[in-house]
Formats: sequence, structure tokens, C-alpha cells
Amino acid sequence: MSDVLDAYPQLLRGTWTTVQLTVYGAALALVPALVFGLAGTSRHTAVRALNRVYVEFFRGTATLVLMYWLFYALPLVGFRFTPVAAAVLSLGLNVGAYGAEVVRGAVNAVPRAQYEAAVALNFTPWQRMLRVTLPQAVALMLPPFGNLLIELMKGTALVSLITIGDLTFNAQRIRAATGETAATFLVILVVYFAIAQMLQLAVRYAERRVDRMLGRRPDRRAAAAASGAGAVKA
Amino acid sequence: MPPIDPPVDPPVDPPADPPADLAPSASVPEESPEGRRLPAPGPARPADGAPGIRFEKVVKRFGRNVVLRELDFTVAPGERVTLIGPSGSGKTTILRLLMTLERVDGGVIWVGDRPLSHMPRGGRLVPAGERHLHEMRKQIGMVFQQFNLFPNMNVLRNLTEAPVRVLGLSRDEAVERARRLLDMVGLADKIDAHPSQLSGGQQQRVAIARALAMEPKVLLLDEVTSALDPELVVGVQDLLRDIARDSDLTMLCVTHEMNFARDISDRVLMFDRGRIVEEGPPERIFEAPAEQRTRDFLHAVLAS
Ligand SMILES: Nc1ncnc2c1ncn2[C@@H]1O[C@H](COP(=O)(O)OP(=O)(O)OP(=O)(O)O)[C@@H](O)[C@H]1O
Ligand SMILES: [Mg+2]
Repeated sequence: MSDVLDAYPQLLRGTWTTVQLTVYGAALALVPALVFGLAGTSRHTAVRALNRVYVEFFRGTATLVLMYWLFYALPLVGFRFTPVAAAVLSLGLNVGAYGAEVVRGAVNAVPRAQYEAAVALNFTPWQRMLRVTLPQAVALMLPPFGNLLIELMKGTALVSLITIGDLTFNAQRIRAATGETAATFLVILVVYFAIAQMLQLAVRYAERRVDRMLGRRPDRRAAAAASGAGAVKA
Repeated sequence: MPPIDPPVDPPVDPPADPPADLAPSASVPEESPEGRRLPAPGPARPADGAPGIRFEKVVKRFGRNVVLRELDFTVAPGERVTLIGPSGSGKTTILRLLMTLERVDGGVIWVGDRPLSHMPRGGRLVPAGERHLHEMRKQIGMVFQQFNLFPNMNVLRNLTEAPVRVLGLSRDEAVERARRLLDMVGLADKIDAHPSQLSGGQQQRVAIARALAMEPKVLLLDEVTSALDPELVVGVQDLLRDIARDSDLTMLCVTHEMNFARDISDRVLMFDRGRIVEEGPPERIFEAPAEQRTRDFLHAVLAS
């Protein structure tokens, strides 16, 4: 066990790579999630079809196979990706497909009356989406986004298969060097778990902020004012 | 962006006599020397600027359910009209058509001297596009039964967001206007509150202020007190009475509160199955209805 922990610089480097891949992958996933998710709420059949094609293709493709394609197959026809670019792209596109479904569902779940009030105030279609519908939809997106973020983080372990020195990759090398199989895997189990908890905390924080914006969770002042009138509605 | 499918009906030809004004037939205005028509006075108060409304053979169906069948009616500039009638008779549909939340399936709706549901193109009227609707909606405001305040904004931003983004007011002007309106509806102290912290009656008063912040010329009110607890109804009704008294808005109001209807309206239209059964001044409709359908309806409402 102490041999494994002595390799902590290598573990730290790997952890840092895993965190970076998670952040880049999530940032990249957000773009198709929003673009294709919103496309899925369009009234134009052709635009909605874009959503279907993207979602079905990338949801139905194994991330690892996509990664192999980007890293090993596309260079044969002249497209060359660095390992990190291939990893981030395949993780982001895959998680983005799930994210697009989350966005579409959340936007459709905002009550139609809100859209109608926005029409009555003569907002343009873009303003209706940006100022009224989307901010309310975000509250519905955050919990499933939290799940996807953790899925994405765990999915980064696949990048060790295209030679990126992430936590799993470095763990393999420590295991080979020390022969301590159980100890090595126990350590990275704990590290992955800790990262997941950290992400979960961040998502919870964002949820609380959005809930407050929507007046769902009264801040202290409002709670004090409402406590006089009895129970506070959740 | 939720769908509003354009109607598939062929374009409607413009009416032979475009309604440059929409005065009731009783007061047909003469041509002025410049050859333009004089603005027609509303029945009770002169309304400068508030447009009239005219439904011309308006058809609305939902699937196979024909809700409005070639409906014709006119509201004079500045007139206050109350729509009454049994559930499902099409009252809400009429207001939603005017707010462009629904599309007509036939006929034309006119607001002032311009078509609302259609736009002129090459001498013909074609179904209105978003640009035309945006232009026409500037004149129209609506208050909903369920208030529909934006939960992602506090009271102040509910009132300033559209004036700033849509009318192009500066933030200071919009805040100033919001303060004045909140003062009028008696909620100056709630300016920073969140909609969820307000009672139903307070939310509805904010919603009324929000609609007025856009300075509409036509105000549509759809059962604005029927979602309120009984003790909150009076406050909202008093506010609307004041607005009716102090403004020259053209108002269309759907309500089951007959005393309120009597106070604010010049004319009452009794609907049944998408048709006007009877119309007249509130005193006559409520005290001496001519039609059996109206008598039955009023009886049922008063009994409840
Ligand atoms: N979105 C819709 N889809 C299908 N049918 C609709 C829709 N909106 C209204 N209808 C139908 O149109 C008819 C008229 O409805 P409307 O809401 O205008 O009635 P109303 O006079 O306002 O009734 P109430 O007094 O109950 O509010 C009803 O038969 C209703 O079922
Ligand atoms: Mg109704």
C-alpha cells in the first residue's frame, strides 16, 4: 500500500488529467446539448429532424468506438487529432446527445402559459426563449445534468485506452511497477468517488441558486416573513 | 419555440369597405374635407388613439370542433365590452385570437384600420407573419386568469423587462414607470419581492401593472378574478374600475361577476356556442334580458 501512495505524484498528475478531461468534455457537451436540444423544440419539422439525427447517432454510438474512430481511423483519411482532442470530442458528443434530450424535455416542460404571457408582452421569439423559457427550464435541467456530469467523469477512464495519462492509465502503470493490484485499484476507487462527490456538491450549489432565482426556496428574509403565516411551502 | 401553425385557408380578399373607423353604425362619420374619415367617438368618452375592433366572419376551429362560425361583431374605439356566456361558448377563444395566441381559420380581425390576423400584400390579405403580428401586438395587452407572472424575475423586472427589451425604454425610464404603476396598484412596497411571495390578489395586481407598463390601447381581461380567494376579488375589481374610469382604453372583459360587469362595461355581449345571442347595455341585459338563453344563463350564474 505504501508503495502505491509513494507514487502520489503520478496519481496526482492522473487525477488532474481526469478532472481536466471532465471539465473540457462537459463544456463541449453543453454546446450540442443546447443547440440540438432547442432544435428539438422547434415548430419546424426539418429543424426537429436535426435533433433526432444527432441524438440517435451519438446516443447509439459507443464512446470508446467513437474515440477509436477519431484517434485511429480518421488519420488514415487525413484527419489527425491529438489524443486529448479525440477524447474530449467523443466524450462531449456522446454526453451532448443525452444532454440534448434533457434540454428538450426541460424546455417543453415550462408551462405554455409562460410563453403566452411573453407573447402578450410582445417579446420576440428569441426573447421569449432567452428571457422567459430558458431560465425556467434551467431549473429542470440541473439535476439530470448533474447525473450526466458524473457519468462523463467516470467515462473519462476510457481515455487510458488511447494512451492518455489519466488516473486509470497511471494506476495501471503503478500497479505494474509495484505489483499491488488491490491497493492500487482501491486508491483510484476512492479518488473517483471523491471527484464525483465534488461535482455533486457543485451541482447542488447551482440548483440552490436557481431555485432561489425562481423563488422556490425562500431566502432567509423571505422565510422569516413567511414563518409568521405558518408553514413555508416547499 | 412552441408551434402556432399558420392557417392553410386561402387568403381572404380585403373587405369592399375597409373599416377606417369602427364606430357602431349609429354614428356613421362623414368624410372630412381632406377626404379622410373623422375619428369616431366611443359611446361614453372620446378616445383619442384607442382603436376599435372588428370581427368579420371569423371562423375558429379546434380539429373538428367549430368554436366560432363566421362571427361578426364590432367594438368601438374606447368602448368597454363584457363577454358573458356559458362555459365553452368561445369567450376565451375570442380574447386569445385578439392576443394572437390563436390563428383564425377564416375571416379577418381588424384592429383600428389594420387587419390583425392578416396583412395586405399585393392587394390581397394573406395570413399575418411574425413581423406583422409584432407590430399589431404593440396596441394590445392581456391579463390572464392565472396571472402568469414570470417566476424567474422579481416584481420590478416583471414590470421592466418588456418595456426595456421590447419598447426600448432606458432602464431608468422603465423603473420610473414601474414604480408609478406599482404605486397605482397599491404594491409599491413589493417592488423587490418575488412573485411566489405574493398572494393571488397581489400577483394579479402586478400582472395588471405589467400589462399596462406596455401602454396598450386595447386591454383584454379573461376572468381575472376567478382564480382568487373571495376576499381578494374586491381589491382587483376596484383597481380595474379605477383603470376603466381614468383611461381611454378599449376593453374586452370576460367575467362571471355581474356587478363588476355592470360597473365597467358600456355593452354586454351574451355568447352561446360561438354566436352572439343578445347584446345591449348592461342594465338591460341583466335586468330585462330578451332571450331565454340569457335568462337561463343569468339565473344559473346568480344561483352559484
Ligand atoms: N387549445 C384548444 N384545443 C382544443 N379545443 C379547444 C382549445 N381551446 C378551446 N377549445 C374549445 O373551444 C371551445 C371554446 O372554448 P373557450 O375556452 O373559448 O370557452 P369559454 O367561453 O372561455 O369557456 P369558460 O367560461 O369555461 O372559460 C370549447 O369547446 C373548448 O373545448
Ligand atoms: Mg374562458
